[in-house]
Amino acid sequence: MLNYTIRRLLFTIPTLLFISFIIFLLLDLAPNDPTGNLPMTITPDVREKIRESLGLGQPIHIRYFKWCVQFFVNEPLNIVEQYFDITIGQGDRLRVSSWSTRSPVGDLIAERMPQTLWVVGMSYVIGILIAVPIGVYSAYRQYSWFDQTGTFVSMVGFSVPTFFTGVLMIVIFSVYLGWFPSKYDTLHVVTDWESFVFQVRQSIMPVSVLALFNASTISRFMRASMLDNLNQDYVRTARAKGMTERIVVLVHVLRNSLIPVVTVIALGIPQVFGGAIITEQVFSINGLGALLIQGIQGADIPLVQTLTFIFAVLIVFFNLIADILYGILDPRIRYD
Amino acid sequence: MRMKSILIGAAAALALAPAANAGRGDAGHVNIIYWQAASILNPFLSGGTKDVESSSMVIEPLARYDENGNMVPWLVTEIPTVANGGVSEDLTSITWKISPGILWSDGSPFTSADVVFTADYCMDETGGCQQLAKFSDVTNVEALDDLTVKVTFGKPKPFPYGPFVGGESPIIQKAQFADCMGAKAPECTEQNFGPHGTGPFRVTEFRANDVISMEANPHYRDPNKPAFATLTFKGGGDAAAAARSVLETAEFDYAWNLQIDPAILTQMAGAGKGTVVSAFGTGVERMMVNLTNPDAALGDKRSTVEGGPHPFLTDAAVRRALSIAIDRNTLAEVGYGAAGKATCNVLPAPAIYASTANDECLVQDIAKANAILDEAGWAVGSDGVRAKDGVRLSILYQTSTNAVRQDTQALVKQWWSEIGVETELKNISASVFFGGDQSSPDTFQKHFSDIEMYTNLFNGTDPEAYMNSWTCAEIPNPGNNWLGSNMPRYCNPAYDALSAELSGTADIDERARIAKAMNDMLMQEGAMIPLVHRGRVSAHSNTLGGVVLNTWDSELWNVADWTRN
Amino acid sequence: MTDVTSDIRPARSQWADVWDQFKTHRGAVMGMGFFVFVCLLVAIGPYLWTLDPNFIDIRAKNQSPSMLHPLGTDQLGRDTFSQVLAGGRVSLLVGVVAMALSLLLGTFIGVLAGYFKRLDGALMRLTDLFLALPLLPLLLVMIMLFRDTLRAAFGPETGIFLLIVFAIGITSWMNTARIVRGDVLALKEQEFVLAAQSIGTPPYRMIMRHIIPNVMSPIMVSATLGIANAIITESALSFLGLGFPSDFPTWGRLLFDSTNFMTLNPERVIWPGLAISLTVLSVNYMGDGLRDALDPRIRGR
Repeated sequence: MLNYTIRRLLFTIPTLLFISFIIFLLLDLAPNDPTGNLPMTITPDVREKIRESLGLGQPIHIRYFKWCVQFFVNEPLNIVEQYFDITIGQGDRLRVSSWSTRSPVGDLIAERMPQTLWVVGMSYVIGILIAVPIGVYSAYRQYSWFDQTGTFVSMVGFSVPTFFTGVLMIVIFSVYLGWFPSKYDTLHVVTDWESFVFQVRQSIMPVSVLALFNASTISRFMRASMLDNLNQDYVRTARAKGMTERIVVLVHVLRNSLIPVVTVIALGIPQVFGGAIITEQVFSINGLGALLIQGIQGADIPLVQTLTFIFAVLIVFFNLIADILYGILDPRIRYD
Repeated sequence: MRMKSILIGAAAALALAPAANAGRGDAGHVNIIYWQAASILNPFLSGGTKDVESSSMVIEPLARYDENGNMVPWLVTEIPTVANGGVSEDLTSITWKISPGILWSDGSPFTSADVVFTADYCMDETGGCQQLAKFSDVTNVEALDDLTVKVTFGKPKPFPYGPFVGGESPIIQKAQFADCMGAKAPECTEQNFGPHGTGPFRVTEFRANDVISMEANPHYRDPNKPAFATLTFKGGGDAAAAARSVLETAEFDYAWNLQIDPAILTQMAGAGKGTVVSAFGTGVERMMVNLTNPDAALGDKRSTVEGGPHPFLTDAAVRRALSIAIDRNTLAEVGYGAAGKATCNVLPAPAIYASTANDECLVQDIAKANAILDEAGWAVGSDGVRAKDGVRLSILYQTSTNAVRQDTQALVKQWWSEIGVETELKNISASVFFGGDQSSPDTFQKHFSDIEMYTNLFNGTDPEAYMNSWTCAEIPNPGNNWLGSNMPRYCNPAYDALSAELSGTADIDERARIAKAMNDMLMQEGAMIPLVHRGRVSAHSNTLGGVVLNTWDSELWNVADWTRN
Repeated sequence: MTDVTSDIRPARSQWADVWDQFKTHRGAVMGMGFFVFVCLLVAIGPYLWTLDPNFIDIRAKNQSPSMLHPLGTDQLGRDTFSQVLAGGRVSLLVGVVAMALSLLLGTFIGVLAGYFKRLDGALMRLTDLFLALPLLPLLLVMIMLFRDTLRAAFGPETGIFLLIVFAIGITSWMNTARIVRGDVLALKEQEFVLAAQSIGTPPYRMIMRHIIPNVMSPIMVSATLGIANAIITESALSFLGLGFPSDFPTWGRLLFDSTNFMTLNPERVIWPGLAISLTVLSVNYMGDGLRDALDPRIRGR
């Protein structure tokens, strides 16, 4: 196992480099342009000058190399400097900078991480907490009214897009009832009980919209996996041995059923960091998802490149974790 | 001026005795929402409307336009003209006199050195300044003394109010930006996110593409303004959500650019918490006819003059029929509501430039359009589409992605089908369509379609640069990297002559006559099909007073006068 | 489990067995009934309800349901019922074809990676790459490169259809592949597989006979979610201007367009939303039934 993990870890380096190059190529090839969203009053030759000042005139391999240096050398060095409060060489290094805000991408990400982790992360955790018991009980009492209702709700939750549920909730809870704010205040700081209550109030709608969606997906997988295991021979053996139903289901079946679900959950974690593009837009949360979509629409190559690459690192990393977990949870699987 | 505003303030305070909005900061907090968030507070590095307008509360130009399009002195004592000697007789220089006693938000005095520095900053070759067009033909900007600035142009400028006038051309502080010239401009994050200014507010926290916190500028020139002590400028979401947050939930006090279905907006306003305001500027939603052949088989010559004329759009009868088959009043009503008016001109405003010579198209006349096409020899074929000599009237009609534009497309397609014209609709993501990427076939400059539709406009009140867009030299082609604004590929020596005449004429009435003639020429020759004169729509809560919607400058131009009532 | 008598019965094909089992699943039969009904409705419906979905009657805009317009009209006075019918054709086709493509790709790659250790590393890194690729720029590039070619070859509508189906399919197979691979890894260690291996079953038959039937349940779940996902993704694309031309209604876009009219004209929002949900639900029940029917341990119980 250790051997396997080390080998996989080593192999991630060339993989990630390759991925970063493919992403760069793709972004470069894409036809959207950083001057595209400027007002019509900015003349074409000024637009051309803007493009030049962004370095778009240089050949792609040079631009890619520059990004690599900035991302893999300058940014880590800056973090080290800031953390230990020291200066390495001459402290003035070019950081990866966004084209639309002209500020370091690292700072933008750091600024947006809290709201994304709070809203999207919480909805993921809540989604899992709802989905697992529902999935287990639905499978155990297959085709009972509970299962039927659960299936219906989760299918509706999955098939109705968040742009609809989000607006529906705003219309009901903000406009008609006036319970919750329709816009998320990112400047809000939790200092005491009152501000915490406000924080909860402003997160309830986006979190529940996303949690419904997450719970729908995960409960489906949980249910399917439970059903598979409930019919296995070892379950009958366990029952025959006189184990209580509780132990059979909650210990034996659940443990084995969780294996594929854990993979699904681990694979979903990078998406938490990717933010929720539509929900963030509906509630003006302005987290990482909103940052990415703005970057894409504005053809902000350094920003999109950095964000997607960090995303890629997380995906590769969590895939590795999922594989290792798989090996631990299911002793029959051997990788070596 | 100041005395007067104090008097008005006092009168207001008397009228609303308990509100006591007389002093700076008395009205507390105000919330503004722009559904496109501000990305930077330096309009020289980002010309997006959201960035220009958010920064206009902090940094200011020497003169602004008011809601009627008149220039008003802002940081200067008067508007320089030839009459008062501020503009030289040969029209090659303009001298601004700065009002004494203006302070930056850090307490240092505002001087001519700052104005000169701003010009140097923007005109630096390597800086990529996005407002460079404002400084076109400027050869020299010099400080005559601490409060006097002289701008010299390389040629006579009948309209010398480009630099330092309007929200796109504010003054930045020399002391703060001195190390940010040229290539270093983008690296000055701290300065770009928190410029010192002379405006009513100063930045306390800036989160790019998210939210800005501001507080009243303690050094603002009017001691009783602004009425609000703090301000939040939130971004994100979409236009409908922004409208809802002002009109229905009253979480915000002011929302910008609410281009949503007028029926929805009316319903939201019915909640009684806010007011929708609109005003007209120079924007016109128009169709650009392609006078060259966009056939893909032409390869590199596609949509260029070399590729030859368009198979049927060069026929004036077809263009006229297409135009009068459109019911512009319906388009305006369905798509824009109070913020749209049918128009037959590409130059509908300011009033002195508006022509009435083309008003035939204001009334839809399908029968007449059919008659025109019949007469021109376009006969209806078995498939219901008109054709002549094997050429079918089949149009590829493209525009950017936007709900209102797609509704317009659908309506137009139906009307054109009634006159035997087949239409294929295509919509392209705005960042691609307006992006101008050389490798993309879908940009508006390439115009690889028969008809394309978008809004064009000009800032301020002078149409010279705008009307020059349709001279022969402005035709986009591979030779000039498709840079050019003459999308119809219209080329008429008579038009070029009028354009030259306009740039040499100073008298305002004479300029109006020439500009009108140019507009009429474009319209009567059918290079463009104007549809709707578009205004701005914004909304403010009923508790916010003093809002004056201005389409000629930043919408937040008078934020210092806003009050709580 | 297996009845003795059934051994004497004449040999029946496996698929007849599957069908027999499927029939006993009430939800599945109802789901299939509904799905067939929806398919027939959108296929034949436009011939019975002949109002052109793109016909604009501006005087009749934003109307509530009436005899003339059973589901009301939109902001331009287009008939919602004909739009739902026309939109269903596109949405169902996009959903099914894109789902099939992504399922095929996902299962193929997942099984290969799980079964052949040699391919595992490379295929899983490929999966990582696709998971990391940002969908929107990818689509922009694809549209730029292929739209004109496809439009010339198949016409504007079919061309865009192929492009969108391909784009959705190629960007949504990764989760299926990961899950299938995981299951295959576990299956490979089970006794019956080892037994089959020891009698020299060639890999092809091994996969088709023993592996695929046993990974059917995650595939079925993926399929159900895949249809919904494809329909929703298509609506997001239309919203971003990368989808079908605007005079080409789809359920996803009808829902998106009507979201803002929720308070003005609530009837308009319900129908496309309901259509998507019920279709997905019916596919889900079909998937459940099919999974049970394919599971030899359940079949015949």
